[in-house]
Amino acid sequence: MTAAAQHIVDGTPAPQEHTAAPGDPIPLAEAEAFLYREARLADAWELEAWEALWTDDATYYVPVDDSADPRTTMSIIFDNRNRIATRIKQLRTGKRHAQRPLSRLCRSVTNVEVLDHEGGDTVVTSVVQVLESRDRGSTWWVGRVTHRLRRVDGAVRMAAKKVVLVDSDRALPSMSFLL
Amino acid sequence: MSTAELTGDLRSRVRPDRVHGSLYTDPDVYARELERIWYSTWVYVGHTSEVPQPNDYVRKHIGPQQVVLTRDRTGAIHVLHNRCSHRGNLVCDADRGNSSSFRCPYHGWTFANTGELLGFPFNQGYGGAQAKERLSGLGAAPRVESYRGFVFASLAAEGPTLREHLGAAAERIDQLCRLSPEGEVELTAGWVRHEVTANWKMLVENETDGYHPQFVHSSIFSISGSGIGALYSDKSTAVTRALGGGHSENDLSPEFRRLGVPMGWSGTPESKIPDYAAAMRATYGAETGDEIMINGSPHVMIFPNLFIAEIQLFVIQPVAVDRTVQHVTAIQFAGAPDLNRRLVTQCVGSVGPAGMLLADDAEMYERNQRGVAQRQPEWLDLSRGLARERTDEHGFTVGTATDETSMRAMWAHYLTLMDPA
Repeated sequence: MTAAAQHIVDGTPAPQEHTAAPGDPIPLAEAEAFLYREARLADAWELEAWEALWTDDATYYVPVDDSADPRTTMSIIFDNRNRIATRIKQLRTGKRHAQRPLSRLCRSVTNVEVLDHEGGDTVVTSVVQVLESRDRGSTWWVGRVTHRLRRVDGAVRMAAKKVVLVDSDRALPSMSFLL
Repeated sequence: MSTAELTGDLRSRVRPDRVHGSLYTDPDVYARELERIWYSTWVYVGHTSEVPQPNDYVRKHIGPQQVVLTRDRTGAIHVLHNRCSHRGNLVCDADRGNSSSFRCPYHGWTFANTGELLGFPFNQGYGGAQAKERLSGLGAAPRVESYRGFVFASLAAEGPTLREHLGAAAERIDQLCRLSPEGEVELTAGWVRHEVTANWKMLVENETDGYHPQFVHSSIFSISGSGIGALYSDKSTAVTRALGGGHSENDLSPEFRRLGVPMGWSGTPESKIPDYAAAMRATYGAETGDEIMINGSPHVMIFPNLFIAEIQLFVIQPVAVDRTVQHVTAIQFAGAPDLNRRLVTQCVGSVGPAGMLLADDAEMYERNQRGVAQRQPEWLDLSRGLARERTDEHGFTVGTATDETSMRAMWAHYLTLMDPA
């Protein structure tokens, strides 16, 4: 396997063919590769590898009302880096009942665009569609995603991820997988 | 007894130590519950802080019924059915807003936020404007009352007063309000809505079931170092108390008093909320302020749909015999901005579809619902702690932290409504 292929498969940093400075914009192709890998790791319940994609100051946000302040308003998920770690630890106990057995998942990530580059982060938008299968039935989760991507030690990481579900303000069934 | 032998007599399905599984699955039982519980007794609708200004309104629900909670220009509170008196169209679309009237989009009939019919276009077709006297306004809940800002409605014109309905549960609302330096709760943090495929009573019973936390929530307790699990252990001095009227609580205050630390109940040390602690002592005095902060917040299920769980408030909404929506918000205390932010953060992590506590509760409700559809052994056991119940100094039935005292009391009250002797 070539080093480039290895990078696609498990995120091993690819050898630097050109010297990208930490604050340089992340090109569309590289952003897409990152999003696809994140999606694959989440679908496959590769918890440690998925958690390693976050920066130390990350936020993971699934709002009810995207116009509201998540510090003063209820959200579906509003995790800082510590709480992302707690979420992963809870899943790893094997006693997270909402994920016993684990949901079977398959998601597609589409409509990827690089929107902006600000403060050293590249802002990327995409659409995610996830089919979740559980005993209760299958649920189709669809949302508009915003990632803030940042190059850390040569590898792309996510500093923020926000998923605005199409039906975020409706009554939702349990959503205990990694969206 | 086989299912075939069950009759309309619900008393045969509710025994002192067990209930029949069909009570969670039978559409006829559900239909009777809507009539005799949800559309007859006092049901929690909303909070006055959700409609603070004249002409504010917010959409709410009484079971499957859609209602609009309004404050008219004089400040009076109304609970109106969201249904045009002409052709039955919905008259209110927005979740909340400010308006003195609602206009039906179908033929333009207009209603005041008191429910009064204001106008109907081309009124000659009705014989002129005076037809207003014979045409209907919006349906309105015949009885609306509030207790410390908590607005309840009854769709029955007659019955016990709200204070009679609340009984001792009113003191738990007082206990909650005392945790505000201004003596008031505000529900201003917005709502998360979580739908489960389960009968509503599965949720009501779970809310003050002190037997499940060690099992259902062990995953989060074990990694977060939470002391909550110990509160619901065999050694806990906390009690489960039936408050009458189907209301019940897990009274954890004996454990909090044993701990003796102001705000120990909340998991947030006083050092992180110095402004709040100072405001509490300024309002209530050092001694009483400390006592309030030590005793903590109630964990009380007010039958049939209001659950106050220390830092969060749930409203239970049945939408079908096997489908229930749980609406949840972080409780906010007037005059406590530093505490309030922490409560939102804490609450968001715990509740709702992705909540590290509630998603696991929801899994249990849904597994229960699938389980009770199986044929044998037909009954659900309710006997835990029956032999060790006692009556406390106020005349309430009390069990240990993990006993099913609350469920037995809920079912006894349920029978008085559903199948009066």
